[in-house]
Amino acid sequence: MTQIELTVNGEKRSDEVEPRLLLVHYLRELLGLRAANVGCDTTSCGACTVLLDGKSVKSCTVLAVQASGHEVTTAEGLAVGGELHPVQAAFRQQHGLQCGFCTPGMVMATVGLLAENPHPTEAEVREGLEGNLCRCTGYHNIVRAVLAAAQAQAGQVTGEQVTA
Amino acid sequence: MIPAKFDYVAAESAGHAIELLAEHGDDAKVLAGGHSLLPMMKLRLATPELLIDIGGLDELAGVSVDGPDLVVGATTRHADLAASELARAEAPLLAYAASQVGDPQIRHRGTIGGSLSHADPAADLPMALVALGGTVVVEGQAGTRTVGADDFFLGYFETVLAPDELVTAVRVPRRPGVPWGYQKFVRRANDWAIVGVAALDGRIALANMGPTPLRAAAAENALAAGASAADAAELAADGTSPGEDLHADREYRRHLARILTRRALEHETA
Repeated sequence: MTQIELTVNGEKRSDEVEPRLLLVHYLRELLGLRAANVGCDTTSCGACTVLLDGKSVKSCTVLAVQASGHEVTTAEGLAVGGELHPVQAAFRQQHGLQCGFCTPGMVMATVGLLAENPHPTEAEVREGLEGNLCRCTGYHNIVRAVLAAAQAQAGQVTGEQVTA
Repeated sequence: MIPAKFDYVAAESAGHAIELLAEHGDDAKVLAGGHSLLPMMKLRLATPELLIDIGGLDELAGVSVDGPDLVVGATTRHADLAASELARAEAPLLAYAASQVGDPQIRHRGTIGGSLSHADPAADLPMALVALGGTVVVEGQAGTRTVGADDFFLGYFETVLAPDELVTAVRVPRRPGVPWGYQKFVRRANDWAIVGVAALDGRIALANMGPTPLRAAAAENALAAGASAADAAELAADGTSPGEDLHADREYRRHLARILTRRALEHETA
């Protein structure tokens, strides 16, 4: 067993884990944070995407021990005081989800993308979400949601007024 | 999928990692980003007894200039290499290759040293290293050596690295303003190249046309003798031994090598 110290959604954690424990299983099974889904389990689909020090990563391909000393953010950590994060709000307003399985990963990938590129073009959004698959093929509304979130975060207009 | 059990040590320094490698040999594997190793461990294709984590070693990360070379630390993540102003100015082909690996999440974790050590012949950075004529800096208990790109890769997932050796850096010649071309054919998002081509200043490297990244020697010789890009590209598959899989048979890969080489040569950018 290995001792890990990390911050998850702003809360300091200290846990003993097996070195082979994957970050996604640490989050889901030890901490009960079940937003990150295990989809393909092969670093392809992105349903398990979380932020590690603010950067999007696939938590099925990160060991929990590799996250020691770092900050993890999951979809549960986005809303503040019951108010949806602008990316979450935009996904709701633009109907950027169908079955919802890919949604937590899409949302976290989007938060990471907009941190790196606050004003992406539509093409940059599509490339920026290359690591996230939607089996409902709901990509058009997802892209609209990301563009709406970018505009909302820029304070230009609210998400509801965007017609991308 | 869950990997088989292993012990884990976060290395305190490159020297510490090399000591552990010397002690444990083939039973140990080096972990950096883990984006080649962990998927293999989850499938139990790799079952190391010890993982030596060098991912947190700042001494091995970063992009710098040393005389005629751009030097990239082994644990430099693909996203950081792709975004490096220094790399984009001095070796734009290398920065672009890093931007073509996998997808954003993969580029946030994967490292150049890991990609080269893994030695997947379909991967971006091994091909880029060959096109640039770079060298790999390798450290072991016996000291430091540098290995040229053409000599580093031995076969599928096989390099000249001894069990106690660690890739610590990659050096490529600074080539600001020299035109280069890069072509990669994939069918799916975030996939490996079915065939890839990287070209720079008369050197042409191919991905997934054999067990290692290859030079398109016949095409290079034709270019040197004054052939047009289109005529040289016709020779791009000569001397290659591509494999077959569900994406492409051998003849289709040879066809792609010729087409992509022509595009790489005709659409070079500075």
